[in-house]
Amino acid sequence: MPTEPLFRSIPGATDAFIDVEFDGHPLAVLGQRSVAAALLAAGVSRLRSTPVSGAPRAPYCMMGVCFECLLEIDGVANAQACLVPVRPGMKIRSQEGARHAA
Amino acid sequence: MQPDSVDVAVIGAGPAGLAAAATAAELGLSVALLDEQAHPGGQIFRDVTRAGVDRLQLLGDDYAAGRALVERFTQSTARYVGSASVWNISPDRMVHYSKDGRSQSMAAGQVILCTGAMERPFPIPGWTLPGVMTAGAAQILLKSAGVVPSQPVVLAGCGPLLYLLAWQYLRAGVQIGAIVDTTQRGDHLQALRRLKGALAGWRDVRKGLSLIRSIRVAGVPFYRAATDLAVEGGSRATALRFRIGATSHRVQADLVLLHQGVVPNIQITASLRAKHRWDDPQLCWVPHADAWGRLELDGFLIAGDGRGIAGAAAASLQGQIAGLTAAHDAGHLSEPERDRRAKPLRSALRRHLHIRPFLHTLYRPKIQHRVPADDVIVCRCEEVCAGELRRLVALGCTGPNQTKAFSRCGMGPCQGRLCSLTVTELIAHERGVSPAEVGHYRVRPPIKPITLEELAAL
Repeated sequence: MPTEPLFRSIPGATDAFIDVEFDGHPLAVLGQRSVAAALLAAGVSRLRSTPVSGAPRAPYCMMGVCFECLLEIDGVANAQACLVPVRPGMKIRSQEGARHAA
Repeated sequence: MQPDSVDVAVIGAGPAGLAAAATAAELGLSVALLDEQAHPGGQIFRDVTRAGVDRLQLLGDDYAAGRALVERFTQSTARYVGSASVWNISPDRMVHYSKDGRSQSMAAGQVILCTGAMERPFPIPGWTLPGVMTAGAAQILLKSAGVVPSQPVVLAGCGPLLYLLAWQYLRAGVQIGAIVDTTQRGDHLQALRRLKGALAGWRDVRKGLSLIRSIRVAGVPFYRAATDLAVEGGSRATALRFRIGATSHRVQADLVLLHQGVVPNIQITASLRAKHRWDDPQLCWVPHADAWGRLELDGFLIAGDGRGIAGAAAASLQGQIAGLTAAHDAGHLSEPERDRRAKPLRSALRRHLHIRPFLHTLYRPKIQHRVPADDVIVCRCEEVCAGELRRLVALGCTGPNQTKAFSRCGMGPCQGRLCSLTVTELIAHERGVSPAEVGHYRVRPPIKPITLEELAAL
């Protein structure tokens, strides 16, 4: 859930807000960026918990190598949120613990 | 499905890939440039064509210079295949990639690998907590989304990127809580010895010094010669702890950005079983390549930071040389003509490489931040700590593939990208042998995650 944001957008950005769903709740985020960047700027600073110990995690590298930003995006699990452009209406879920077979 | 077919597939659209693709296309070859990002530029010139005037000014001239490179590529006949994750390249140069949830194949006469660099792992206590990122990640947020820290941020480690980011943050009006520099006093003397005769390097040194000066002038607390870095926090970062000499320090921060240099991303060359050597000055693996960028695999070339860290300007020169080589090897360019065109590129490249031994020495990351204490997580995915690896070495494991089998270290989604160097160095340290003797992970495709559905549809 959004907390005290760690990030903000610099003024002058022309990108418009779009509506997505994060963990079942509506969330307005700036478009024209990756899902990870959009969530960080919207005050979401924890994206998942680990399958091994349940420890909280957040994006670390933002360039597709660390796999810390794994989220469920539109029903697809383990999506790299730093590589997926955010789109209106996206249903985004944090990944808690291990994945389970549907 | 009939695979797409090209003379040259270039992997990675940073300075090396853009230059290689443009050069090969200008010489009449059919070229496809594949990249994970929707727009060309790589990480260094990330979204450079989409950045407005304000952001270009804020990020500085070196960033804005990337526009010319993208323009040359755009004006060539080379085709851009964006948002494409390459998950396998076979030795016979079939490139498999995933795009829009679908896997596709491309048969390439030659492949030029330009997969660049990634941040060196920075395994310290607390480095997995939310609120800890790499400086590179924070810079990507700035370049690609105009997103900056909203509260005083702490930058820690060493290397040019750390100071560049601080300088860019100050221009963007971001509050910097502290810069915690791990460069030790003796490092400067050592490094200066590496600069002898390298007059061309002075320009870069001056640029670096003026960055650091402007950060100090801005009144940012600057801690020098810091050791024993550790991030504090339970469910998120709350502070950075460190020592200077015998004194302990602690600075509060919800956001800590770490950086201790970048290293070649060898995931594709390792998956191809290309030969790599351990480079001690750079403390990383470097693929074997000749002066033209040819790997010892038929039809494969490499350019840019992926073949050893040399920076963006060197990367674009290496990319052009690789493009000429590909054209020559395909019969589109005579040998004398290739050599004639390569000559000025090579002398420019030599000038850019002069500064590297100085930088590698000055910003050589400290062993305590490369090979951590027992209770520090090494493998972020499987949460394997250094102590577990030491125990396995004591039991007789001699290399990373063995410790992987026994502990799952390196077996998670990142496939060892974030722990490979740490594991190799840790084992070498424990055994008292060189990293070269220890070796690196075997990397197997798919090197990016794909769904079974995609695989089945091939």
